[in-house]
Amino acid sequence: MSRFLCILAALLLASYGTAFAVDAPVQIQDQGTNSEALIMFVLFVGITLGITKWAAGRTKTTKDFYTAGGGITAFQNSLAIAGDYMSAASFLGISSLVYVSGYDGLIYSVGFLVGWPVILFLIAERLRNLGRFTFAEVAAYRLSHGPVRTFAAIGSLTVVIFYLIAQMVGAGQLIKLMFDMDYAYAVIMVGVLMIVYVTFGGMVATTWVQIVKACLLLTGATIIAIGVMSEYNFSFEALFAKAVEVHPKHLAIMGPGTLVSNPIEAISLGIGLIFGTAGLPHILMRFFTVPDAKAARKSVFYATGFIGYFYILTFIIGFGAITLVSTNPDYVLKLGDIALKGGNNMAAIHLSHAIGGDLFKGFISAVAFATILAVVSGLALAGASAIAHDLYANVFKKDMASEADEMRVSKYASLGLGITAVVLGIAFEKQNVAYMVGLAFAVAASGNFPVLLMSLFWKGLTTRGAVWGGYVGLGVAVLLTILGPTVWKDTLHMGDPLFPFKNPALFSMPFAFIFGWLMSVTDKSECAELDKAGFESQKVRSETGLGAEAAAVH
Amino acid sequence: MTRVPVDHERNQHIINNPKYAELTSKRNAFSITLSVITLVIYFGFIFVIAYHKEILSAQLFEGSVTTVGLPVGVLIILSAILLTGIYVRRANSEFDDLNREIIKEAHE
Repeated sequence: MSRFLCILAALLLASYGTAFAVDAPVQIQDQGTNSEALIMFVLFVGITLGITKWAAGRTKTTKDFYTAGGGITAFQNSLAIAGDYMSAASFLGISSLVYVSGYDGLIYSVGFLVGWPVILFLIAERLRNLGRFTFAEVAAYRLSHGPVRTFAAIGSLTVVIFYLIAQMVGAGQLIKLMFDMDYAYAVIMVGVLMIVYVTFGGMVATTWVQIVKACLLLTGATIIAIGVMSEYNFSFEALFAKAVEVHPKHLAIMGPGTLVSNPIEAISLGIGLIFGTAGLPHILMRFFTVPDAKAARKSVFYATGFIGYFYILTFIIGFGAITLVSTNPDYVLKLGDIALKGGNNMAAIHLSHAIGGDLFKGFISAVAFATILAVVSGLALAGASAIAHDLYANVFKKDMASEADEMRVSKYASLGLGITAVVLGIAFEKQNVAYMVGLAFAVAASGNFPVLLMSLFWKGLTTRGAVWGGYVGLGVAVLLTILGPTVWKDTLHMGDPLFPFKNPALFSMPFAFIFGWLMSVTDKSECAELDKAGFESQKVRSETGLGAEAAAVH
Repeated sequence: MTRVPVDHERNQHIINNPKYAELTSKRNAFSITLSVITLVIYFGFIFVIAYHKEILSAQLFEGSVTTVGLPVGVLIILSAILLTGIYVRRANSEFDDLNREIIKEAHE
């Protein structure tokens, strides 16, 4: 194992070396910046490989692999949750949204955050009390496991794949830009590191990589925000006044603009963001890593604090970029227009250079890269547990698989997902994948979440209802996204969209509930009676945690 | 068709415990109230954005560039943190105490 890691580290460095040697002559002006970023990045990879080696020694059982043995503290888990949520897409994407549209960026941040209280109030502790490794176990708790866990695993994998595509393509483009590395090399490197973290270190490594990255990201974003504010004597009024003066939209950036122009679109977006968060498998699995319901609750509270703080920082960063980046010919394509060199997603990266020079830019670039690595690892682990624990061990082997077999399958699954992510990342290089994260949220809100919610709170839900509701919700969410403006018109260029809204959740989520209800109340089977009969005992365990202690003891 | 095995006798014992009814009704009422507050705050914000943008675009004070929308946005972020804090505080003390008693009595 350790020899393998050494060889891998050497290979990575070598591939870096070659990539640089090849690209070096054309990219002379950026050389200085790259070497700083490179050193910090290599440092991060070194540390995380060290963590993985340590974690590998502590990953003996499936429980270690999926949930770090349930031994993560509430505070550590909150950082890991925040880390999962603060993806490169939120850091670079939302700060860039603020940079381009001002206030509208805040609307997104608020929507992303408001999902967390809802998860805490309705889902978190019940999930901890009922499940061991995956949310599928919870959704299927009193239902027939085979069909329901098959659905939940497919729902998880769908979300994971869409999310992974968005992250991989983002990673490839970012690395290409920051380190002058070939796109395919970059995607392969992310895939290889992800596979190593997950297959060798399991949840222990995935969690600690996420924690390290969350600390780095929060520190980096705090420094940028302080740097911005110190330029304006810590007066928001002065910062905003300068931003209004230099931004082409002037005063319009200080209030809601065109981003949320249509009320139905706005509500649909909000529903997708709030309930989607409660259906993301890589987020839900984090509640199984803490010892009990109490720790699960606390971790949501701290995580909400970290994420809220982070979004306030991205807002300051976006405005800082308006005043300090858009006015500097080194960063914009041409003065007077805010379009940035390397694309508007570079707003935070350019700002870090404006504030702290090459060294700091190197640090922030490495942090952005670390962010992607940590997020894709969490996704891969969530996908691997759906394949190995739900599909293989439960559905295929009827819970008769040995511990060793399940471990082996979970490692193959991680490897398979890593390869899939790389292949899709390369295949989608030239596509606009911005809608993929939205699609992941829509599927989570329309498939996973309704089934989980009905299973927990509605006695009448039967296996047939859960399966129908889940697949119909998932299918409608995907279908409406494809027929909507982002895919039909902007990606496929098929003319006017057949479905007028970018965000389908408002329409697709009710389908899941309606079909879940209809197919349950008309279900007169023997299985349906058993499903309903199990509700009381499920409720007792979900409310009291009785029976769940065994799962929590290390 | 696999299902989780159930200890019916113990469950019935818990369900018959009045403290269990107290815990579930109090905790559920509390979490539903807080969820509704969260959703009202958020969708209220979205409705204002959709129908009355000018409220958020108004000047915060005479001659300011800062608009009403900024503190409102920040307050909504803080309210999310505050609401989770309120829930965790009560759940980790009052509700958990009650829960411990129920579990203790279930083993008797």
